[in-house]
Amino acid sequence: MPMSRDEIYTKVQAVLVDALGVDAEEITPKATLREDLGAESIDFLDIVFRLEKAFTTDPAKPFKIPRGELFPDDLPTLMNDEKYVKDGKITAEGLVELKKRMPFSDFTEFDKNPSMETASSLLNVDTIVGYIQSKVGQ
Amino acid sequence: MAMRWIWIDKFIEFTPKQSAIALKNVSMAEEHLHDLFPAFPIMPHTLIIEGMAQTAGILVGEARNFSEKVILAKIGRATFHRLVRPGDTLYYFAQIEQLNETGASISGIARSGPDASSPLVAEIDLMFSHIDKNLAGTAFPEHNFVFTDQFKDLLKTYRSGGDIPL
Repeated sequence: MPMSRDEIYTKVQAVLVDALGVDAEEITPKATLREDLGAESIDFLDIVFRLEKAFTTDPAKPFKIPRGELFPDDLPTLMNDEKYVKDGKITAEGLVELKKRMPFSDFTEFDKNPSMETASSLLNVDTIVGYIQSKVGQ
Repeated sequence: MAMRWIWIDKFIEFTPKQSAIALKNVSMAEEHLHDLFPAFPIMPHTLIIEGMAQTAGILVGEARNFSEKVILAKIGRATFHRLVRPGDTLYYFAQIEQLNETGASISGIARSGPDASSPLVAEIDLMFSHIDKNLAGTAFPEHNFVFTDQFKDLLKTYRSGGDIPL
């Protein structure tokens, strides 16, 4: 049965509490995974594993998150390319590539100043909820 | 001489890609028992975690034929319920929760006996990373430095029913 956004949010919140050892109150829709919640590289794999478990309703048909789909894994290579990042700023071409890889992120604010420094703001709690909703939502 | 960094004595059960049980006999002759508290020898909790990591790490490595370097990446939980003293035997029960090309998560229980009802020593959940897949660009030696012959021998001994030809 499809899940509502609220139901998805509650489950995502529980996953992040367990994976990152934060309090439920710290988790807000706009909280960024790295800056606000302190996620480090291996935590992203942990989050993927826990989401897969939390959203599996039928063990015969486990919920799977294909590698790189929720958290793009080729970003470091991409961002080392001068075509996409110049002097810390993300170029127009870079922005196109980013948006292709992160369709669930909100770029409204980021578009105004697309720099490497602010790039981690693109990954927040809402990004995960949006992704899950596209898979199991109403 | 290579350091013998090995914290399990043998496997008593090994179900590939699923679960494993290993044991460790704790002896008064071991140096580390005497280092934590003078005159009160106990097995340090950190080394109990290491024992679980070795039990589970071999389980995770075997699942992909030891083709990748598996490293302990995260201790999700480590809760301890009782002290482990000289003369005790620790039983490590490790179960794979999830496994894919980038890593694995396991749930582990340490008990002071071989049965599911034996007294609980610790609950330890771990995550492993297949570093060839996860840390692209980081330089590691070509050879598999994680799974040394010492670890592989543990599994060989189990599979041969404990008999090692001399």
